[in-house]
Amino acid sequence: MLKRVLLGLVLACGLTAPALAQEPKTGGVINAVIQPEPPGLMLAMIQNGPTQMVSGNIFEGLLRYSPKLEPLPELAESWSVSEDAKTYTFKLRKGVTWHDGKPFTAADVLFSIEMLKQTHARARNNLAQVDKVEAPDDYTVVFTLKQPFGPFLGIFEVGSMPMVPKHLYEGTDWKTNAYNNAPVGTGPFMFKEWQKGSFIRLVKNPNYYEKGKPYIDEIYWQIIPDAAARSVAYETGKVDVLPGGSVENFDVPRLSKLKDTCVSGAGWEFFSPLAWLWLNNRQGPLADKRVRQAIMYAIDRDFAKDVIWNGLGKVATGPSASTIKYYTGDVPKYPYDPAKAKALLKEAGYKGEKIRLLPLAYGETWQRWGEAVKQNLMDVGMNIETIATDVAGGNQKIGDWDYDIAFTYLYQYGDPALGVGRNYVSSAIAKGQVFNNVEGYSNPEIDKLFADGAVATPDSKRKEIYEKAQKILVEDVPVAWMLELQFPTIMRCKVKNLITTGIGVNDGFKDAWLDK
Amino acid sequence: MKQFWKSMLRSPSGVIGLIILVLAIGVAVFGPMLFPNSPWRMVQRPFLPPFTLSTVPLGTDALGRDVFAGLIFGARVSLLVGLVSTLVALVVGVPIGAMAGYFGGKTDDALMRFTEFFQTIPSFALAIVLVAILQPSIYSIVASIAVVSWPPVARLVRGEVLSLRTREYVQAAVVTGQSNTWIILREILPNALSPVIVLASLMVATAILLESSLAFLGLGDPNLISWGYMVGAGRTVIRQAWWITVFPGVAILISVLGLNLIGEGLNDALNPRLSREGR
Repeated sequence: MLKRVLLGLVLACGLTAPALAQEPKTGGVINAVIQPEPPGLMLAMIQNGPTQMVSGNIFEGLLRYSPKLEPLPELAESWSVSEDAKTYTFKLRKGVTWHDGKPFTAADVLFSIEMLKQTHARARNNLAQVDKVEAPDDYTVVFTLKQPFGPFLGIFEVGSMPMVPKHLYEGTDWKTNAYNNAPVGTGPFMFKEWQKGSFIRLVKNPNYYEKGKPYIDEIYWQIIPDAAARSVAYETGKVDVLPGGSVENFDVPRLSKLKDTCVSGAGWEFFSPLAWLWLNNRQGPLADKRVRQAIMYAIDRDFAKDVIWNGLGKVATGPSASTIKYYTGDVPKYPYDPAKAKALLKEAGYKGEKIRLLPLAYGETWQRWGEAVKQNLMDVGMNIETIATDVAGGNQKIGDWDYDIAFTYLYQYGDPALGVGRNYVSSAIAKGQVFNNVEGYSNPEIDKLFADGAVATPDSKRKEIYEKAQKILVEDVPVAWMLELQFPTIMRCKVKNLITTGIGVNDGFKDAWLDK
Repeated sequence: MKQFWKSMLRSPSGVIGLIILVLAIGVAVFGPMLFPNSPWRMVQRPFLPPFTLSTVPLGTDALGRDVFAGLIFGARVSLLVGLVSTLVALVVGVPIGAMAGYFGGKTDDALMRFTEFFQTIPSFALAIVLVAILQPSIYSIVASIAVVSWPPVARLVRGEVLSLRTREYVQAAVVTGQSNTWIILREILPNALSPVIVLASLMVATAILLESSLAFLGLGDPNLISWGYMVGAGRTVIRQAWWITVFPGVAILISVLGLNLIGEGLNDALNPRLSREGR
């Protein structure tokens, strides 16, 4: 017996509501910055940030996600979950065609899943709980899971599971397929040309299935290697959109004040980048929980937010960003309290042993942040030595566990089972990798909570489990959580509706329009 | 010696240079005692313009750190790097040059080819590569500056020794059977010292500039504040806050100028013929 969930239509209406206030206008060209130049545009094989940002307009997934991370229809127009939470049935939209005119059907979905299992590490991981995928007819796809998997509806976004045209890829060598350089998708925009080092040009898909969309005629993704030159390009009017991270933070306030400029911090809810300090739990003073707690008290995180990030973002309370499912703020709190930090250090018997700090070599902002944190820790009597390194060297040191404190930030992908657990469960301790449990935290209770949480039903049970896990983690401080980062998008106010979903600019031009 | 000071103080550039150097050394030695706070400490709101608050006379940087405290602590690093790396370069360069000049022949050929090997590589590029490989720290910076600055010393000393070696008093020492080491150390080097001292004073200035350039590029010791670091860190916000880059930049300019003036003064004082003819 299937329980129909017809959330889709309701949410779709909710999404277009802001647009109703002002009738979208058709036409116009948008120039946006893409930084850095993507290594390629075939989203099924390359998942770099810039690739997603451009190709999210060419390809589509079965679902999109609202800023609250509720699933929205895209290529699937509705979906339902069986009573035992093990069978998911997707009804595909009819009348969808690939950019070359061939119809999009369930066969493409089956093929894409097979291909992604080989080419897309995160998709393979996400699909680990899937027992089989079937297509009873051309417009229905049925996923059968081995056991209930709570976050399952969260894995269908275009960057996590892009749909690939079967008729162009089946039986070919995927890596050398000519369509990798001129990708064919179902999205609102079609690939037109790519002048390496200069720009990528996308044009409107005239046969797009949502009538009237897209509103924009062409998108030019401008490639400008120097940060200062990107700011100037916006000031002089060469580009209209600066996606998050394309200019330095200290330029954000200045550019925001320019005439006809709008800034939005929205559109990163699905990724929710969370910055923290890896604390090496294995050795030295940091093996003591009290020293790790002292670090949390010693660091002025409001200062980091207000000064280093120019007020963008939010002070983190624990392992989950506040935009992630089952987040709870009801955890032990660590306000800026140097006196308490000193007391804890004394209690732990810290005697000025040298502690190495590894900043993140991602540019000015991160360098300044490293200096500020070092000073905070020195102020409470810790003996900190900054190790200068580049990105590759830093990754190697972290992967080899050759550090005491190290800066990082990671994406969280909406659900604790997809993006949080990997950093705290003991099964994710593996030397040589950078984004797993590199702090070496090991707690059987946490292992069990995350194992149970991934497959528990119903939702209220998962919530209970993850809230408990957050409380334990925040008490233990395996890593020092800093900020929920925000990458503000700066654009001319005439660009409307660019950011309407939790995926933001990464699939945003579908709804965008230009007010002339 | 008295004669030396007399002529040194007669040359106006030497006096100005000396004043600047004494001031800079004074600041480097005693300044940190007057400012017990670390220059890395965030003390005021960020981007505070200069001359608005008496506690932070030169304003604050992007994190609210006192620019004036940075200048004072930076003087210590800049001067220390300049002096120590020059000293190391002298310790390497003088013996190599002296041996090449004194023994001549194959020894000379070997040592000079070795020296030229270093001279053919652009010195700043070599310094960057060395610091990048060794990981930036005060030791690797001093070492790499010394490595790129000893060859001119060696060449200069060799030239001086070559000419002194043919002098009669040196010939006499050889004839009386004194050892080579004795002759080089006691007879030749003391007389070759004047141009080396002049060169050394200019080398300190160059070393300060090199250290600043390295720190500007982000290759400074991350645990020590230096003028070059301040310029490099402030460069990106120069449109919002000129003072973060200008003050350390001026400090570099003045101290390098001071050392050059001293070099000129020394040149006059140590080369009596030239200075007397000049007046």
